Formats: sequence, C-alpha cells, structure tokens
Amino acid sequence: MTNSNIIEVEGLTKRYGRLTAVDGVSFSVRAGEIFGLIGPNGAGKTTSMECVEGIRKPDGGRVRVLGMDPYAQSATLRDRIGVQLQDAQLQKRIKVWEAVDLMASLYSKPVDTAALLEQLGLAGKLNDRFMNLSGGQKQRLFIALALINDPEVVFLDELTTGLDPQARRAIWELVEGIKQRGKTVFLTTHLMEEAERLCDRVAIIEHGNVIAADTPAALVREHCPEVSVSISCDDAFDADEIKRAIPNIEVEVERDKLMLKGVGEDFVTSVIRYLAQHDFHFRDLHTHRPNLEDVFLKFTGHTVRE
Amino acid sequence: MMNGLWKLTWVELKVFMREPMGSVFTFLMPAVLFVFVGRALRNASTEEFDMTDWVNTSLPVTLTILIAINGVTSLTTIISIYREGGILKRLKATPLRPHTILTAHVLVKLFITAVNMATLIFVGRSFLGVGVQGSLPSFLLAATISTVSILSLGFVIASFVPTARFAQLITGLCLYPLIGVSGLFTPVDSFPIGLKAIALVSPLTHAVSLTNGMWEGDSWANYVPELFALSVTFAICMALSSKMFRWE
Repeated sequence: MTNSNIIEVEGLTKRYGRLTAVDGVSFSVRAGEIFGLIGPNGAGKTTSMECVEGIRKPDGGRVRVLGMDPYAQSATLRDRIGVQLQDAQLQKRIKVWEAVDLMASLYSKPVDTAALLEQLGLAGKLNDRFMNLSGGQKQRLFIALALINDPEVVFLDELTTGLDPQARRAIWELVEGIKQRGKTVFLTTHLMEEAERLCDRVAIIEHGNVIAADTPAALVREHCPEVSVSISCDDAFDADEIKRAIPNIEVEVERDKLMLKGVGEDFVTSVIRYLAQHDFHFRDLHTHRPNLEDVFLKFTGHTVRE
Repeated sequence: MMNGLWKLTWVELKVFMREPMGSVFTFLMPAVLFVFVGRALRNASTEEFDMTDWVNTSLPVTLTILIAINGVTSLTTIISIYREGGILKRLKATPLRPHTILTAHVLVKLFITAVNMATLIFVGRSFLGVGVQGSLPSFLLAATISTVSILSLGFVIASFVPTARFAQLITGLCLYPLIGVSGLFTPVDSFPIGLKAIALVSPLTHAVSLTNGMWEGDSWANYVPELFALSVTFAICMALSSKMFRWE
C-alpha cells in the first residue's frame, strides 16, 4: 500500500444479524482514478461502500479514507467526501435551489452552486419541487449535492440504475467530468458496460467477497483471453487445414456457420489473412472480444443480472 | 453542532406549508372547533346543565393540549416518512446531526403552535367573548412549556418508528389514553389508585393543570410540581431519543 491510495480497505466485514453481508473484503482506490466495485444485487457492494463512507460501522477489518477512520472520524471526513446514496430521496416538496442552498450551508468550503447546477443541466429547474423531477434529473441533483463541498473523493452508488439509456449516457459524461477535475471517484454498479466505460480499475464482488481486481482490460486479458470469429459461408471448409495453418485454433462447424476461437492479439488478423489467401467467400463475419460480463460469468457461473 | 439549524427549520416550514390539505387543516381546525363547540355548548346549556364555565376555561385548555398532540402526530409521521424514504439516510451523509434535524422539526411545530394559539385567542375574544382570565404572557408561557414537554414524547417515538402507519398507530396508542386520564374530562382526584398513578407520570396531566391554572390567572408558585414534572419528562425523553435514534 502506498501513500497515493485515497481509500484502503483490508478484511472489511459487516454482518446483519446472522447474515454476513461483507466477508473480509480488501481493495484500495488510488488518487485520481475511477474505481468500480462491481457485482450483482445483494453482493455486498452498497454495504461495503457505506462502511467506507462512514455511515455504517464495520464489524471487522480496517478502513482508511484520506488516512482517516471513516466511522470514528466521520465528522472531519464528511467535509472532504461527497456521497450519492442508492435509493436516497429528498423531501417531496423541497425545491431544487433550497436543497442545494441547505446542503451548501453545511460545509466549510462550498462550491459556486450556480455554476455547478449549470454544469449539471439543472439551471432551469431551480424552482421545481423534488417530486416533480424525472429520474435523470433527480440523479443529477444528487450528483450536484455530492459535489457541493468540493470533495476530494466522490462516492456514487448505483448511479444510473433505473435510468433510460440516454439519461445514462449523459450521467456517464458527468462522471468523466468529475474525474477530469482531479477528483477520485469510487462507484458501484451492476452494469458491466458502465464499469468498462467509466472505470480505470474494478473489483468484482460476489457473496461478500472480492473475487478479482484489476483494470477491466487486464481482467479480460487474463481471465477471458479467447477471441472468436464467426463466419457465415457457402463454401466448403476444411477444418484440418486451418488448424494446421493457425496454431491453437478451435473450430466448430454448424450448418453454414463457422465458429473459430483462439487466443492472442493477432488471432483475428491471422484468420482474415488465411481467408484471403485461400480466396474464401463468406457472406458475413463477426468478431467477438470478451468483456467484463464474460469475466464475471467465468468467475461466478452466472451472468450479473441473474 | 447546530450547524444548518435555521436553514433547515426554514426549509422544513416551507415544505410543510406546501402540503395544501395538511396546512389548512392544521391552522383552521382548532379555531373552528373553538367557535363551533363553544357556541353549541352554550346554546345547549340550561340551569341544571350549565356548560358556560367549561367553555370559558376547559375548552381553550383542551384545544391547547390537542394542538400539542396534533404536533406530536405530525412530528412522528414526518420523521418516519423521512426514515422510510431514505431522506434521513441522505442527511446522515452530511454534517447534520440527529438532534439538529429533530430540533428543526420541533421549531416548526412550535411556530405552528404559536400561530394556532394566536388564532385561538383571537377567535375566542371575537366570536365567543372568551379570553384569558389571568395574564396572557403567563398563559402563553405555560402553553409553550407544556407543548415542548408533550412534543418530547414525540421525539422518542420519532426516533425509531420505521413507517408512517406505525408512527400514527403508536402515537395514538400512547397519547389518546393519556388524554383520558389528563383531568380534562374527569378530575384526577376521582380516579382509582392505578389510573391516578398513570395520570401523575403523564406530562399531559401536568400540562392540563398548568395551562388551566395560568388561563384562570393563578400564581406560578402553585405549579412547581407541574413545572418539575414537565421538565423531567423533557429531560428523560431527550436522553431516550438520543439513544434510540435510527437513521434508517
């Protein structure tokens, strides 16, 4: 562990009665990165995050945020972190400007709230009541509230759950903007697409355990290196010949469809070179590179949404 | 420690006023009850069954207590809605402390109580010819002390109730029986020993006695036990609510 770690978690454990929600989780978050805790609902993501935020008391393990114990030193820490909670609400009839103004008054160095709301596209909604905002607008307001104290670390818990794809993309851009302003972002998500798009590094959590942690690309490379090419064709195909030409290739033939699987950066190139050299006619060709979803499936035997 | 209290109080007051049915009901009900019940009882009074004294003294005292109880119900309901909806949890992630949040709501209730009392005294004078027999400031002070003490029961309930329905149920279960033994309808001295014991530990009984005394213009010196009991209730409830407070 180095000093550039903004968050350090070692052996974090949290129980609710007889249920162990988080069972010895360890990970660290580096300064300036977007770090994602990913896994299915009920895996322990939110509980872990809330222990790191200092709003829940861990039953065991060691948690440090900006060098402080988040639960014991929560009063000091709250001024320096920004939090967006899953399923949080505000007073139904509170207006946007009132919520922002109230929250800004609670911190020692609030940002320019007018500029913040402008950036988040809420400048035209100042007098709208919370209950009348759309799902995307509510989430943007919660992002605004999480940024209001100019925090060093921002916590985002299932930020885009329940949003339509368009609103989701807009929120992703906002999160990238937070990182560009030099802040560290710790997020949870059960959307692998979101994790791949946003996160510099991820930790996969299931049943309260971290089962893998690295950059999304490294996880895919290490655990699901297999690239596949599927070809639809009318020409006859000699499986043995391509096996001789490209080492370690797997070939499956299914009626007029051909599935080729192999490992390595050059695999797709060598397949295409082979097809060209043999003047092979095909109607369609798809390549599939595995993604985080595949890594997750490999580790857990099920997809993240099951 | 009380960082954000005034801003939160102001926001909560505005949010409360935006609930159209709730605020109209809250502000008009006691005054309307005062005029209608007062007039009806007066008109029904005969020589054998004279309610005039009751209208002149007990009715305003009853309404004062009902305003406080209405405040308790409203307090526990709002806080439980905040708990149920994750609003408290969101506030937990800010530098706000539980007592700041509860205090803001109590200040809102006290403001509403003040408006209610002003209306009560105004309509009593204008439409019923009923007014404070002693000093108005003394009565208002007695009403405030009583309200704060009764509201502190709401502090305890609001600290833990998980849902709004449960909040209303438990508030009703705790407070309505206490109204029965508060001495509003039957003198406490006429109770059997068991009921009398409950009446003596209930802040409602002491609130009734104190506000009644101040309405009639009695001396504060005669109400030391009441003041003591109301203060003890407040202190115990504050301590309990600190211990029991749940954010979610």
